[in-house]
Amino acid sequence: MFEPILTQNIHRPDSEKIATYLAHGGYQAARKALTKHSPEDLIEIVKKSGLRGRGGAGFPAGTKWGFLPKDPDIPKIVAVNTDEGEPGTFKDRQIVECDPHQIIEGVIIASYAIGANRAYVYIRGEFFLGVKRWIKAIADAYENGYLGKDILGTGFNLDMSVHRGAGAYICGEETAMLESLEGKPGNPRRKPPYPAQVGLFGLPTLVHNIETLACIPHIVNRGPEWFANIGTEQSKGPKIFSVSGHVNRPGNYELPLGTPLKEIIYEHAGGIRNKRNLKAIIPGGASTPVLTADQIDTPMSFEDLEKSGSQLGTGAIIVMDETTCMVEAARRLTKFFAHESCGRCVPCRIGSQRLYETLDRIENARGRLDDLSKVEELAQGIDGLTFCPMGAALVNPARSTIAKFRADYEYHIQNKRCPSPA
Amino acid sequence: MVETQNIYKTKNLNPARRAMLLAALYIAQEQYGWLSPDAIQRVADRLDLTPGQVFSTASFYTMFRLAPLGTFHIQVCEGLSCYLVGGAEPLIDYIVKKMNIKPGETTPDGKFTLEVVQCLAACDLAPALKVNDELYERLTPEKIDQLIDFLAVKD
Repeated sequence: MFEPILTQNIHRPDSEKIATYLAHGGYQAARKALTKHSPEDLIEIVKKSGLRGRGGAGFPAGTKWGFLPKDPDIPKIVAVNTDEGEPGTFKDRQIVECDPHQIIEGVIIASYAIGANRAYVYIRGEFFLGVKRWIKAIADAYENGYLGKDILGTGFNLDMSVHRGAGAYICGEETAMLESLEGKPGNPRRKPPYPAQVGLFGLPTLVHNIETLACIPHIVNRGPEWFANIGTEQSKGPKIFSVSGHVNRPGNYELPLGTPLKEIIYEHAGGIRNKRNLKAIIPGGASTPVLTADQIDTPMSFEDLEKSGSQLGTGAIIVMDETTCMVEAARRLTKFFAHESCGRCVPCRIGSQRLYETLDRIENARGRLDDLSKVEELAQGIDGLTFCPMGAALVNPARSTIAKFRADYEYHIQNKRCPSPA
Repeated sequence: MVETQNIYKTKNLNPARRAMLLAALYIAQEQYGWLSPDAIQRVADRLDLTPGQVFSTASFYTMFRLAPLGTFHIQVCEGLSCYLVGGAEPLIDYIVKKMNIKPGETTPDGKFTLEVVQCLAACDLAPALKVNDELYERLTPEKIDQLIDFLAVKD
């Protein structure tokens, strides 16, 4: 039985309070990092742990830390991404509502390691409770000497503040988030330059998802070897999987990376509702390609999901049983992307809309025989042709469901109705 | 009400005045109820920005309101996870019938605005909706009846 690490405190009463956090070993890692380690040591420790980003892209965290300029005269910034919006994902909401100090401790260690004295938290506008928890936790951290001037008597200074987004999925993309923090519309920036060189207000910026930051104190406390022993060859450590859809017990489950989908769905999430059969799984949030029921033995790791033709993404598992119409599932997800396109790049702005209209036509009995080739043609005109990864993401629902559930589409087009009982 | 950081407090922390814009828009929206042209102008004056710069940001984000809202802003999720467990259209249609307004509309008495929204990050609690800043989970038509009847007599 795997012992939860990131979610070890969330079931305690008043888990969000600093007293609870301190009573269970909280801020010991920050003390250790600031008093016993040099910044270079910490970057090495994180590199050695094998920690990869939990926000979707899976970039090695220690490598990212190493990208920031070493010159102490250049001010640096840590930007904390709590803009969770990927459909199917609800892990960050739980971490920030139930254990925000764990993230602050990660931010302190990361800031010290890269030489940043300023951290900005960006949180999704709809997370009303999360905003309150962030503000309170930061205030308490200041009061207890973990933020502000001369932290723990080490001479290290760090200021931290919370900034609310206002309802835009795209602001979860790191450069769009920086634009939004600067008070502008959340249009992603062209990369390079990457935020590690030119980030918030033009300063070198380290951007992390909060689940990534939550891993840091545990790595410092228990050592990189301990962390690297959890998981698979290329996917280390624990991961919070959000399971939703047709399962008996939807919820967040913290397990080692590499846990097979089958175990997560049938053992932890209680299996499929009403004893129905499994039809399809989206393994990593709305933007990751769909898997079929016979791929259920796939381990939830970066490398295994890539091999199976999908991605780990945010680790948000959407489970669909045999009654689900895959045309409708793809139509709904594509509608989301069409709604959330920031409008900057033509392929995404116009392409997502045309893609949605085509799927909507098929679903609503107005499909034509050449519509499937039209979808592919549209996808080719979007994928890889936009500033940010949204273009590549938004074609996945349509493309992967046509590749794997073509019969659903053909039935719709030929019979002008849904193959699944409503 | 929503907790928003004090505009004057954030001023000292932000190197760029424009970076205060989202916080300022939230404050203006709380005071005016929505971002009227007058509110936009006042925010612009305060932050030394042009009304165009302010409007460009305000109109990008769905949570900034460029028209007045009802007292209770009902936001129903139409995401995939909500749809899979009986949410989205069936619930939206039920509310439309019950309240006799379409998504995007406000009841004539100014009490309710209905809106269809994207994923609320509450997929484990699906089907979900929000009224103002409160989340309501695992909805059924009966729960919606109770909720709307309760709000109808509330101020």
